[in-house]
Amino acid sequence: MPLDPGVARPYRAAMLAYAVKRLISLAISLLVASAVIFAVVEIAPGDPARFMLGINAQPDTVAALRAELGLDVPKWQRYLNWLGGMITGDFGTSYTYRTPVAQMVADRLWVSLPLALYALTLSTAIAFPAALIAAARRGRGPDVAVMGATQLGVAVPNFWFAMLLVLLFAINLGWFSAGGFPGWSDPLAALKALTLPAIALALPQAAILARVMRSSLIDVLGEDFIRTARAKGLSMRQALWRHGVRNALIPVLTILGLQFAFLLAGAIIIEQVFYLPGLGRLIFQAITQRDLVVVESVVMLLVFAVIMVNFAVDLAYAAVDPRLRRRA
Amino acid sequence: MSRALIAGAALTALFVLAAALSFAWTPGDVAAMNIAERLQPPSAEHWLGTDHFGRDMLSMIMIGARTSIAVALVAVGIGMGLGVPLGLAAAANRGGWLDEVISRGSDLVFAFPSLVIAILITAIFGPGAVNAILAIGIFNIPVFARLTRGAAMALWSREFIMAARVAGKRGPRISVEHVLPNLANLLIVQGTIQFSLGILAEAGLSYVGLGAQPPIPSWGRMLADAQTMVSLAPHVAIIPGLAIVLMVLGLNLLGDGLRDRLDPRLNAVRA
Repeated sequence: MPLDPGVARPYRAAMLAYAVKRLISLAISLLVASAVIFAVVEIAPGDPARFMLGINAQPDTVAALRAELGLDVPKWQRYLNWLGGMITGDFGTSYTYRTPVAQMVADRLWVSLPLALYALTLSTAIAFPAALIAAARRGRGPDVAVMGATQLGVAVPNFWFAMLLVLLFAINLGWFSAGGFPGWSDPLAALKALTLPAIALALPQAAILARVMRSSLIDVLGEDFIRTARAKGLSMRQALWRHGVRNALIPVLTILGLQFAFLLAGAIIIEQVFYLPGLGRLIFQAITQRDLVVVESVVMLLVFAVIMVNFAVDLAYAAVDPRLRRRA
Repeated sequence: MSRALIAGAALTALFVLAAALSFAWTPGDVAAMNIAERLQPPSAEHWLGTDHFGRDMLSMIMIGARTSIAVALVAVGIGMGLGVPLGLAAAANRGGWLDEVISRGSDLVFAFPSLVIAILITAIFGPGAVNAILAIGIFNIPVFARLTRGAAMALWSREFIMAARVAGKRGPRISVEHVLPNLANLLIVQGTIQFSLGILAEAGLSYVGLGAQPPIPSWGRMLADAQTMVSLAPHVAIIPGLAIVLMVLGLNLLGDGLRDRLDPRLNAVRA
C-alpha cells in the first residue's frame, strides 16, 4: 500500500522505535537464557576431564586436559569465553569426539531443520483447507468433523503416532523404511526417509493450527467489512476468500512462530523413533556420554532459534498491525 | 450438562479410579516376570494382553496411570502454587517494577522450548519422576502467572475492588479476598488443560528415558519398550498409546465442558 509522506514518517518512526525496543529485550532474553543454561550445566556433578580420562588418570594428566579444555579458569570467565565463542561460531570442542561442536551441529542440522520445515509445510497444508471448510460451514457436518479430528489430533502424542505410521506403512505395507537416513546425496530418497517422521510431527501441530485458524476466521467473519462484502452480493465463500483469509492470518502467524519451537523440540523425540541422525540423537548421545559442551551448545542453539523466530514473528506482526507498536 | 462435559468427566474418572484401584489391587503382578506368557494378545485371562516380560498389560496401564496422574498433578500444583501468587502480585502492582519483572520473566520462560529445557534438566540432574515433575512444573508457572495477571488486571478496575480499597484494604488482602475467588473458574479450566499437557509431556519424557525409571511402570516407558516389538505384537505399542490419547482427550473435553459451563459469556457466544 503506498503511504503518503505525512503518514509514512510516523509509521517508520514508530516501527523503528518498536524494533529497537524489541531488539533490546531480545538481547536480554538471549543473555539470560545463556546464563541459565550455563549455570544449569555448571552444577552438573563430575569433572569432564576426569570423566574422559577414567579413574586411573594421573593428576597432572587431568590438569593438562583441564587446561586444554579451558576448564582451569574461573567460572565467569568460562561463561564469557563460551558466550564469545558462540557469537563467533566457535561452539567448543566435544569432550568425547574431540571434534568441533559447530561441525557436529552443522551435520545434524541438515536432518533436523529440513524435517521441521517439511513438517511445518505439511501441517500448514493440512490445517488451512480444514480450517477454511470448518469456518465456512460453521456448526454443520464438515465443521463438526474437523473439530472432532482436531480434538483427537491434540490428544495424540506424536511419537506414538509415529510408531503407528511405522507399523502401517513400513511394516505392514512396506512403502517406507522404518527408520534411518540415507543422506542428501540422493534427495528423493532423503525426502522419502523424512516423510513418515514429518507426517508424525505435522498432524498434531495441524490440529492446533486448524483450531486457531478456524476461530480466527470465525472472528473475522463477524466483522462489519464481511457483512458489507456480503451485502455487495458476494457469497460466503467469496467473502471468506477475498476478505476473510488475509485478516485472519495475523493470529495464525504467531501460532506458526510458536509451532516452529514445538516442531524443533518434537523433532528431537521423533528422531528417536526413526533413528534419524539429527540434533535430537546428538543431544541424547551427548547426555549419555556426559559430553556437556555438546548438550550446552545444542540447547543454546535451539533456544536461540526459538527466540529469534518469535522475534521475527513479533516484528512481522507489528509491521501488519499498528496497534501493537503503540502498546509496546 | 453438555455431552463433552459428561464424556470428559467419565473418561477422566475412569483413569483416576483405575489409578486409585491400583494401590489396592491389580489383575496381575507387575513385578513378576512370566516369560512363557510373553507378548500374548488380549484374552479372557489378560484383558489387554501381556508385554515382553509376560506382565499383565492392564495392570501396567493402571499403575502407569498412577505415574502419569501424579507427575502431571504435582506439575500443575507447582505452576498454580507459584504462578497464581506471581500473577496476583503483578496485577496488584500493575505498571510498577514488580509487574515488569514478573511479566518479562514469564515472557522469557515462554520463549524457551519447554521440552528442550526438560531434557536439559533431566540430563543434568538425572532422569526420574521428580525431575520430570520439576521440568514440567517450571513451564506451568508463567502460564498461570500470565493468565492470572491478565484476568486480575480486568478485575482491578471494577467497582467492588474500588469499594474494598475505599474500605481501607491493602493490595495483598484485596488480591486474596476479592480477586482470587473471581478467578477460580478460569484457573480450574486452565488447570485441566495444563494437566492434559502434563500427561503428554510426561509420556514424552519417559519415552526418551528421562521420566520415571524402571521398574515403575509408565505409559511412555511402555511405548519405548514396545518399539522394537511392534511387528511381533502390535498390541504392546497400541494399548499404552490409546491410554494416553483417551486420558488426554478426556481431560480436554472436561476442560472444554467446564469452560462452557462456568463461563456464561462463552455460552452466549456459542448459542
